[in-house]
Amino acid sequence: MSRQDWEVVIGLEIHAQLNTTSKIFSGASTAFGAEANVQASAVDIALPGVLPVLNKGAVERAIRFGLAIDAEVAKKSVFARKNYFYPDLPKGYQISQFELPVVVGGQVTVRVGEGEAAYDKTIRLTRAHLEEDAGKSLHEDFHGMSGIDLNRAGTPLLEIVSEPDMRSSAEAVAYARALHTLVRWIDICDGNMQEGSFRCDANVSVRRPGAELGTRREIKNLNSFRFLQQAIDFEVQSQIETIEDGGRVHQATVLFDPDSGETRTMRSKEDAHDYRYFPDPDLLPLVIDDDWIARTRAAMPELPAAMRARFEADWGLSAYDAVTLTAGRDTAAFFEAAVAAAGAALAKPCANWIMGELAARLNKAERDIADSPVGPAQLAALVGRIADGTISNNAGKKVFDALWSGAGSAVDAIIEAEGLKQMNDAGALEAIVDEVLAANPKSVEEFRAGKEKALNALVGQVMKASRGKANPAQVNAVLRERLGA
Amino acid sequence: MIQASLTELAAALGARKISSVELTTLFLDRIDALNPTLNAFITVDHDGALAAARAADARLAAGTAGPLTGIPIAHKDVFCTEGVRTTCASKMLENFVSPYDAHVVGQLKAAGAVMLGKTNMDEFAMGSSNENTFFGAARNPWDTTRVTGGSSGGSAVAVAARLSPMATGTDTGGSVRQPAALTGVTGIKPSYGVVSRYGMIAYASSLDQGGAFGRSAEDCALLLTAMAGFDPRDSTSLEREREDYSRALNQPLAGLRIGLPKEFFADGMDDDVRAAIDAALAHYRQLGATTVEVSLPNAKLAIPAYYVIAPAEASSNLSRFDGVRYGHRAADYTDLADMYGKSRAEGFGAEVKRRILVGTYVLSHGYYDAYYLQAQKLRRLIAEDFQRAFEHCDVIAGPTSPTVAWTLGEKNDDPVQMYLQDIYTIAVNLAGLPGLSLPCGTGAGDLPVGLQLIGNYFDEAHLLNVAHGFQQGTDWHRRTPAVG
Repeated sequence: MSRQDWEVVIGLEIHAQLNTTSKIFSGASTAFGAEANVQASAVDIALPGVLPVLNKGAVERAIRFGLAIDAEVAKKSVFARKNYFYPDLPKGYQISQFELPVVVGGQVTVRVGEGEAAYDKTIRLTRAHLEEDAGKSLHEDFHGMSGIDLNRAGTPLLEIVSEPDMRSSAEAVAYARALHTLVRWIDICDGNMQEGSFRCDANVSVRRPGAELGTRREIKNLNSFRFLQQAIDFEVQSQIETIEDGGRVHQATVLFDPDSGETRTMRSKEDAHDYRYFPDPDLLPLVIDDDWIARTRAAMPELPAAMRARFEADWGLSAYDAVTLTAGRDTAAFFEAAVAAAGAALAKPCANWIMGELAARLNKAERDIADSPVGPAQLAALVGRIADGTISNNAGKKVFDALWSGAGSAVDAIIEAEGLKQMNDAGALEAIVDEVLAANPKSVEEFRAGKEKALNALVGQVMKASRGKANPAQVNAVLRERLGA
Repeated sequence: MIQASLTELAAALGARKISSVELTTLFLDRIDALNPTLNAFITVDHDGALAAARAADARLAAGTAGPLTGIPIAHKDVFCTEGVRTTCASKMLENFVSPYDAHVVGQLKAAGAVMLGKTNMDEFAMGSSNENTFFGAARNPWDTTRVTGGSSGGSAVAVAARLSPMATGTDTGGSVRQPAALTGVTGIKPSYGVVSRYGMIAYASSLDQGGAFGRSAEDCALLLTAMAGFDPRDSTSLEREREDYSRALNQPLAGLRIGLPKEFFADGMDDDVRAAIDAALAHYRQLGATTVEVSLPNAKLAIPAYYVIAPAEASSNLSRFDGVRYGHRAADYTDLADMYGKSRAEGFGAEVKRRILVGTYVLSHGYYDAYYLQAQKLRRLIAEDFQRAFEHCDVIAGPTSPTVAWTLGEKNDDPVQMYLQDIYTIAVNLAGLPGLSLPCGTGAGDLPVGLQLIGNYFDEAHLLNVAHGFQQGTDWHRRTPAVG
């Protein structure tokens, strides 16, 4: 059987580190990169007698997430202990949520692929729950021993579990990207994947279309979208080959090695822990009342999906443009501010400038749009001057340069100072055209003989004579009129 | 002076009849003389106590003293004390020095109480005789061949033998009330959530509660007032107004309805204990109280429920003692698993290991529903029983322990016999209610018998009043063992 006869089934578990300033059960700082163990309080290192106290900020963020994916925010959820021994797990258990998570259900719709082949896909979420992160074991530089850094121990995480609704690595990546955008959009996670603030585990299996779910293998700790895609593709290929060669896929937890592009087994099902979950008696059930939900809802920003739909409906943007402009809250805000200043009729050119010139410049300079030297009002003014014919598109780029470099700040002043204004005075243009026609009888003759190209030479001469200020379209029209064409 | 009540001590200190340094020296000298026999203290902090006494004397001189300023106290070695080792009577923590004070310890320090040292206990508060200890059994001052009860045996002995005017304890299944009964002192366990558990090394978190030992209900009221109060560091601490537990002490007991659970007065109680309890109830009737039979039909299930819930929580709570960051670590090991195994095998005593094994088992996949969830259901039924009983009475009374203090080693071969010693106290912890034991007579061998009083939630002040009323007309609480 060929590859086409297999259906791929993927579910993702994403750990988003919540951007609270202190830990989920202690007052220690969550800042990244401090010297080992300086951000580990008595609670984090699990001294005898210490007790956890829940950080309300972490709960608030979980509620925001639940509202953003249209899920049920549980009125009552319960923290449970997940028991296992490991040196970077100081209490010998992780406080997590098991039977009753704080967020239940929900879904996100993502755009998969590009161009004509692009499609929308809705992926359902199973749940999202609050838990604490473990510390880190350090295996280098300790001469045969292991070091332990507990700075990360107790950092709040939201574990976001999807249904096995994805059917390709492209869908998985689109979903992960959409969540990555969403958690930053609603300001619950900084999304920094290098620092581990947003990491993905992928459950992957294959089956014949319509058959029962196949045996899944879980790829742990993927910290880039590229690795996510590579790891899934490798795992899918490997599972298909295993089955086609007459073998069986064995349930396992695997790690992805970016160097080899392969996955390797970390532990098999037989090694699976019995975590002995039970409700943590040190913490009361988490009760979230309607008022708390209502207050949180009132403070929610407009979500990317809603904004995307509005851009398409109100301003006639393409789906591609709408998705691009809602990839981040700052980009969307910039775009909205530009349109507000330029007018709705100019939404499309505003979009083009933001996705084109501005994006390229920002990318090259490695700057965020929030720190763009060219502000939305300036960009709107620039777009407006192109639209009303004051300057040409090419002159617009010169204005943009001046704004970017700080050589000028007011669009009209730059146009004036640089002499970029198009010649819109019909009398003056006609005078120049007449001069050019008189000076280039050969071209005139050729055009009259039916050589269209000759007109271009004449246009070029007129532009040159006007020192670029003539409006090319207008030049064309006047020339044709004079030549009686 | 060693016989004086806390109120009398405060008055003497306030009037400058005695200084805190003198008082502290008096008790330290008694500890030095008697502790080798009684083994009530694991650690005595002479220098720290005298320094605290000097500071208390300064407060007394400055007129900023409170009711406990300058009065010595002993803390159960389950409470973390900054700079003074906290062992939980375990080899695991033999050399552990906490960098912070438990909430209770901090409150008493702030009140100016002078800590003499840390008292003996059953290891990690698991036991009913104070024999499960790395530091040797504590001994009953009424007969040093007998047990003190447990787990807060050392604190009970410290107060009974006048090694300290007051002491703290913890009560998970009877660990304050039962040793109070067996040593002839007054002990109270308040409602769950009244005393912060922060810095109190956890045995079974949903049951553990700090409590007070004193010579009398009056002394317990003063100590509990200083110990209790909301603490944001303990999520199970209740956000309530601070209480003065002495406020109701002198209210008359006429009209008081005392409920007697028929299950407590059925088989199981020794005759000498029964006689003392009956006499105490007769005294209450003389004071104008009435007794009414009530029923706690599920009380018999308290011990099995307890021995699922408590070990389950303990198995998880004690996981932090892994030899990685502090505590005992085996000298030789081959790898990580071996280090865990050996460190814990060497560091924990037999009873602690037994409860960790039981707890691990009942939480295991496939057994959780059958054991843990069932036990939680029983717990609710037991709590409901009490609420029904309180529809007919104001307090519930009965024996604290089915027997007087037994001989050291007598029950060590049969854990179940030992577990049954807590048959009257455990249901109170499962329900989260306040309970108190007061000395009400003697049984065989002139050994003390304790009367248990159980109140409804937050009825501590009332319970103390009921005990105080009895103590106003009797002198069982004034008897002192002839030791040393």
